[in-house]
Amino acid sequence: MGVPHPPHARETVVLSQYFGDAEARTYKGWVKRGGYEALRKALALSPTAVTEEVKASGLRGRGGAGFPTGLKWSFMPKEKQKPHYLCVNADESEPGTFKDREIMRWTPHALLEGTAIAAHAIQAEVAYIYIRGEFTEPLAIMERALAEAEAANALGRLKVVLHRGAGAYICGEETALMNSIEGKRGNPRIRPPFPAAVGLFGMPTTINNVETLTAVPHIITRGAAWYKSLCLSNPKSTGTKLFSVCGHVQRPGTYEVTMGFPLKDLLSELCGGMHPGRTLKAVIPGGSSVPILNRDEVERCLLDYEGCVEVGTMLGSGGVIVFDDSADMVYQIMRLARFYAHESCAQCTQCREGTAWTTKILERILAGQGKPSDLDLLLDLADNMTGKTICVLSDSCAAPVVSGIKKFRDEFDAYLTGKKRPEAA
Amino acid sequence: MPEPQVNLTIDGVPVNVPPDTLLIEAAKRAGVLVPHYCYHPGLPVAGVCRMCLVEVEKAPKLQIACATPVTEGMVVRTQSASARDARRGVLELLLINHPLDCPICDQAGECELQDFVFQEGRPGTRYAEFAKRFNPVEDFGPDVLYVPNRCILCTRCVRFMEDVAQEPVLNVSERGDRAYIGIHAEGRLDHPWAGNVVDLCPVGSLISKDFLHKARAWELDKTASICTGCSQGCNVTLDVRDNVVVRVRPRPNLDVNRYFICDHGRAHYRWLNRGDRLEAPLVRQPGGGGGGGGGGGHRAVDWDEALERARGILRGAAGRAVALVSPGASTEALFLARRALARFDWTGAFQLVIGDEAPLPGVPNLALRPERASNVTGAELVGYTRDYGAALEAAAGAAVVLVLDDPSAVVRTAGEVIYVGTVAPPTWEGGEPAVVLPIANVAEEEGTFVNRDGRVQRYLQAKPAPGMARPAWWVLGELGESGERPTSAADAFDRLAAAVEAFDGLSHADLGLLGRPLARRPAAAVPA
Repeated sequence: MGVPHPPHARETVVLSQYFGDAEARTYKGWVKRGGYEALRKALALSPTAVTEEVKASGLRGRGGAGFPTGLKWSFMPKEKQKPHYLCVNADESEPGTFKDREIMRWTPHALLEGTAIAAHAIQAEVAYIYIRGEFTEPLAIMERALAEAEAANALGRLKVVLHRGAGAYICGEETALMNSIEGKRGNPRIRPPFPAAVGLFGMPTTINNVETLTAVPHIITRGAAWYKSLCLSNPKSTGTKLFSVCGHVQRPGTYEVTMGFPLKDLLSELCGGMHPGRTLKAVIPGGSSVPILNRDEVERCLLDYEGCVEVGTMLGSGGVIVFDDSADMVYQIMRLARFYAHESCAQCTQCREGTAWTTKILERILAGQGKPSDLDLLLDLADNMTGKTICVLSDSCAAPVVSGIKKFRDEFDAYLTGKKRPEAA
Repeated sequence: MPEPQVNLTIDGVPVNVPPDTLLIEAAKRAGVLVPHYCYHPGLPVAGVCRMCLVEVEKAPKLQIACATPVTEGMVVRTQSASARDARRGVLELLLINHPLDCPICDQAGECELQDFVFQEGRPGTRYAEFAKRFNPVEDFGPDVLYVPNRCILCTRCVRFMEDVAQEPVLNVSERGDRAYIGIHAEGRLDHPWAGNVVDLCPVGSLISKDFLHKARAWELDKTASICTGCSQGCNVTLDVRDNVVVRVRPRPNLDVNRYFICDHGRAHYRWLNRGDRLEAPLVRQPGGGGGGGGGGGHRAVDWDEALERARGILRGAAGRAVALVSPGASTEALFLARRALARFDWTGAFQLVIGDEAPLPGVPNLALRPERASNVTGAELVGYTRDYGAALEAAAGAAVVLVLDDPSAVVRTAGEVIYVGTVAPPTWEGGEPAVVLPIANVAEEEGTFVNRDGRVQRYLQAKPAPGMARPAWWVLGELGESGERPTSAADAFDRLAAAVEAFDGLSHADLGLLGRPLARRPAAAVPA
């Protein structure tokens, strides 16, 4: 895998400061760059004080849901009666998302430090870092970093376990991830009970995303007020966010900007805009599970939790997928649906059957055999698949279908009316 | 002090249930069956079929009734437009890969998919042009076939084997719409309680080889009964088609067997259909002799003559009487058999087949018991003992020997033998009985058993007795004095309860279909 781009002037480089700096991967190199100072500072504070600081910073989950991190930590029992666990969700499998991968590749100690601080805050003695199975390079780097940190006794009493996933998308869902660590089939669990009460191995558990935890040392070192000041738009969205941009832009890659940064600037300035002669058609801003934006919406979209909701989508994981005018949206949506059909854990009826049926209908349309009623059927199915299942995989399949039909109906109609011929295989 | 209760309203019906009750159970109290597949009260909650979605006031989304505990003041609507839409959607999705081979499916008529689709599904399909998922039928175990095409992945079978049988040989294999129920590569569904997965399966996906194509569900008459396979006393339903018992299924009783029966009990019904039955009362022809073997053979007679002969023997004899009985006879029959010999110096005993114990680990105090007879405790409470050898010895010098449905008994006696039974032994090896009285078997009469924990449970008549055979309580009652002859099974039980101390305080009317424990548990049945 390649070396990251040099930071753009409009990036706010916090988490990505040492991306590309190979020395920062080593324990010594990390300490030289001020590493593990935050952990020392945090360990001198009470767990509650650390939690309060993170609460005050406004940090929200970077995995997709955007739940306030400090608040999540505060759900853990104050009086510890059972072992507490911390799970780190490094199963970055959301199509279009590759920010956690970069964190682990370049700053593994930043993740370990954040993990140790969080473990202190929630009084966990063991932390499991669940790394996506396909992440062979990040895993090797994390293993080396963990060995170094343990040798230097940098993590105190915390035991960190690296757990490699086996390639199932669904294991990035927090409770499926816990089942997977336990050696069970990676099926999401029904809630309640929530992980803070009954989590990994039935014990109180907090689960955080890699990027979330990597932001924590900066909050401890530089203070909640500083972090909170990183905000370009809505004060409920603070700090910086890594966006992994892929698709039809000149310079795809991982970019770090302050919350509230305009999406159009990210694409046109940081990513170098469209390829010559091409125009922007659509963007999925938060990983494949969020509604698609058309060009007008991209123009208006500010990249924070509220800004994305305002234009009818979600910030999600920050996996920005860009389509120019050469993209066949029907095909692209079918590819997403096929992914979800493949990855459905098969528990809930709507998801197991709905994702597969949705894919079949989209394939039929692409083959020129669609029926006029197919779009209504797709929408009806999508409605059936939304808000009715244990986890949101089913909803995630429905989101691009609904938004795609709404915003790019002419492309579907072209196939349905025979105006557009299927491409020869 | 009574537990504090939670008040809620379900479809406008106020109900009052203990805290922590699940909505789906509270709904039952309101007379509302929330359609469901994965939920089963005997299994851990899975919440996967999403069929039981209901509208709960103030909740942002529909909730699954099977995993939502009740809260005070909750207002639930199972029939709101959104809930009905959601369930219709689930049904449509369950059907897209379902073969709709109901005409050849054993489950048809008792299929929850059929029932709920009929109740609230779509009239047609929107999936017509696509091929359905196909997987071949698999042989899961001695009595279980898996038809994956019919499977709706509710996972009841997986959870039963994992959490109740605690022998996790089944799983969900693959993902998405390729998923199916898988079996361990080296495993078999041969746990002694594995057959329950067939009952648990809400569709015709797990089917019993024994029952395969035997009957359609609507041809079956169902009768509450008690399993005769061991002393556990599992409550069962006898499914009868044209006077033939074709299937035994568990009948829920939370105090005995919850929702399950073992495979031994499930398979233990063919004897109820035996064709070689005693069908008419017989009396020994002149020329035959007691105790000598051989004789003049038997002559079929009417009941009056047979009973008169038997009463005559009892009146004319004195001294010692021995009763050799079956521990599978009804308590009433055992009691009346003893009472008929009340004037004698009495010895009563039974033979007991002992087998291996096979517990169901997930349910406390539930096992296939080593004592392979249904009324060991009842027999002991009435006074019979397990000392069969001593009774046989005593029989040699007895004036009267009464055999109650024990065709393996070889009686050599100087006295007379009265044989009361469902079947005759292959030969009257010890000598021809003076009288042979045909009785109904457990499927053909009403009676009670007492299980090993001292629970008195009724079984009902499922089919007519063959020929002139009559219920054992009636036959043995008729041997008593004229004023003491019971007029019904209920009367027989009440006479027993009045006479035998252990049954103090019980009346037939109170037994219901789930039985009642004896006031004092029988000491013999309580494990040390």
